[in-house]
Amino acid sequence: MKNNSRPLYMVPYYLWIVLFVIAPIVLIGYYSFLDLDGKFTLDNYQNYFSSVYLRLTLSSFWYAFLITFFSILIAYPTAYWLTKTKHKQLWLLLIIIPSWINLLLKTYAYIGIFGLYGPANKFLSMIGIGEQQILFTDFSFIFVSVYIFIPFMILPIFNSLDKLNPALIDASRDLGASSWMTFRKVVFPLAINGVKSGVQAVFIPALSLFVITRLIAGNKVITLGTAIEQQFLVTQNWGMGSTIAVFLILFMFIIMMATGQKDKGGAEHGKVK
Amino acid sequence: MSDTPIIRFENVTQQYEGAGNVLSNISFELERGKFYTLLGPSGCGKTTILRLIAGFITPTTGDIYIEGKKVNHLPANERQVNTVFQDYALFPHLNVFENVAFGLRIKKLKKAEIDRRVKEALEFVNLKGYENREIQEMSGGQRQRVAIARAIVNDPEVILLDEPLSALDLKLRTEMQYELRELQQRLGKTFIFVTHDQEEALAMSDEIFVMNAGEIQQSGTPIDIYDEPINRFVADFIGESNIVSGEMVADYRVRFANKEFDCVDAGLNPNEHVEIVIRPEDLEITTVADGKMAVTVDTQLFRGVHYEISTLDEAGNEWLVHSTKKAEVGSLIGLAFDPEAIHVMRLNESEDAFDARLEAYGEMANEK
Repeated sequence: MKNNSRPLYMVPYYLWIVLFVIAPIVLIGYYSFLDLDGKFTLDNYQNYFSSVYLRLTLSSFWYAFLITFFSILIAYPTAYWLTKTKHKQLWLLLIIIPSWINLLLKTYAYIGIFGLYGPANKFLSMIGIGEQQILFTDFSFIFVSVYIFIPFMILPIFNSLDKLNPALIDASRDLGASSWMTFRKVVFPLAINGVKSGVQAVFIPALSLFVITRLIAGNKVITLGTAIEQQFLVTQNWGMGSTIAVFLILFMFIIMMATGQKDKGGAEHGKVK
Repeated sequence: MSDTPIIRFENVTQQYEGAGNVLSNISFELERGKFYTLLGPSGCGKTTILRLIAGFITPTTGDIYIEGKKVNHLPANERQVNTVFQDYALFPHLNVFENVAFGLRIKKLKKAEIDRRVKEALEFVNLKGYENREIQEMSGGQRQRVAIARAIVNDPEVILLDEPLSALDLKLRTEMQYELRELQQRLGKTFIFVTHDQEEALAMSDEIFVMNAGEIQQSGTPIDIYDEPINRFVADFIGESNIVSGEMVADYRVRFANKEFDCVDAGLNPNEHVEIVIRPEDLEITTVADGKMAVTVDTQLFRGVHYEISTLDEAGNEWLVHSTKKAEVGSLIGLAFDPEAIHVMRLNESEDAFDARLEAYGEMANEK
């Protein structure tokens, strides 16, 4: 397939990569070494390792972890159930459709739902619990985030479960494994790539959430994303914002590598990529 | 104990939603330690029987017994039965050793015991030294052996084989036929082998069940089935056959192709309409004067071991001849055959009636 002469139609691709991938990363790297006056400095990196930013990073990871964890908890059984239904494609479409709607719109909808006079509180007072502060809590932040991210977790898990050769499950049962053992020793390890892809699609964006933190969590939750936004827009410290962005990119690469796929399981039944 | 059949089907019917009967009222018994083959075209229900024995499905009506115990609702993991699957169904995330050890690990055996038994099973299928290979690194034939080792290592009473040779090339397939047969005799276990390949069935089995459209057409030893097919389907499915219609004139006398011939069949009504089977290798080319039938050579194919010659008689019936002798296309030749070569099939005869008739005149023939 490889040709010595690079064909002309590759030009837009390279142009895109240079302009929108390489150039921004180089710029971020460059700005991260500048102080407020535009002079070269390493202070930003030193600052990052101060307790404030480290705590911020840790809390960002913690929230991303919670969001990912609850997404898997809901998505795995859902995906499993989806593979067993008759109208797989229809159900799948219903799950995908919400992900086509703008994130902001969905977030605003939740402000209404969780607000003091919203249906959630109406329901709570109806069953006698009484009105609660739901908005601007950890709960509402994680709930809405999970809601937003769940299709991105269901899809890859569904794909890897659906690709599983049903004869393997028969074989496991035939060799004496109960249904739980079959799940643990055959289904789960073979569909692990779907979970890994799902973690990539949820954990990494969850690290840099900022619209939901602002609107639903009322800035009580600060993630790497909110920190970057504030450095750029509020304190106008582009150097510090870029430094945090550099670390965010680093974390992304580390997570990508940690969830990298050996591509073993699906080899015989279509590649899992 | 050895008197109870290892597997018994009693009036088993299997239906799938919206798809009529896959099996219709099947009953049979299998003896311990024999090599059985379920033979039939695709969709005849042979794999369904295998899945019923393995416990992947439960019969719609009827009962299944393993060692005299009713097992209709016993789940697959609690049956003393192991399967070699059509596409092997080896676990791609485990290496050869772990694939074979899977069943033993489920049983929580000691590590030393697992080691010993896996090694033994791999040795049995000539895969010593392949323990640490990945499944992806194994060839089709080797995967086949791993699948067999994975089944036999659990020491099951019955081993089910679902068209295990269909993915292999011809040479390997023939080799594996010998190996499987030998393996079965060494292990002394009951093998139930499913195939649509009649040569495979004839070469390996103690007993063959020929199936069509959810029913067992005929069961018996390979020789029985080849020499005495019960009906047109069996005759056609097992080997190549010349099938023409004829009439019984009297006992041991049959008419077809506008002529009367001596035969070895009896117990039918005079003038009963029957079908005649003569195998192509039972027809011999001779001169018109010496032959029992005169035919014109239509086409001739060289098949390596023999010539396949298609001929036509005066009545318009086609006669296929397998002969090492060459014939001239377009020439008139004679066909000679023994009375034993003529197999008379009654129309719509059940297997029981067929067996009874065969036995009756067999005794008569012995008394003579």
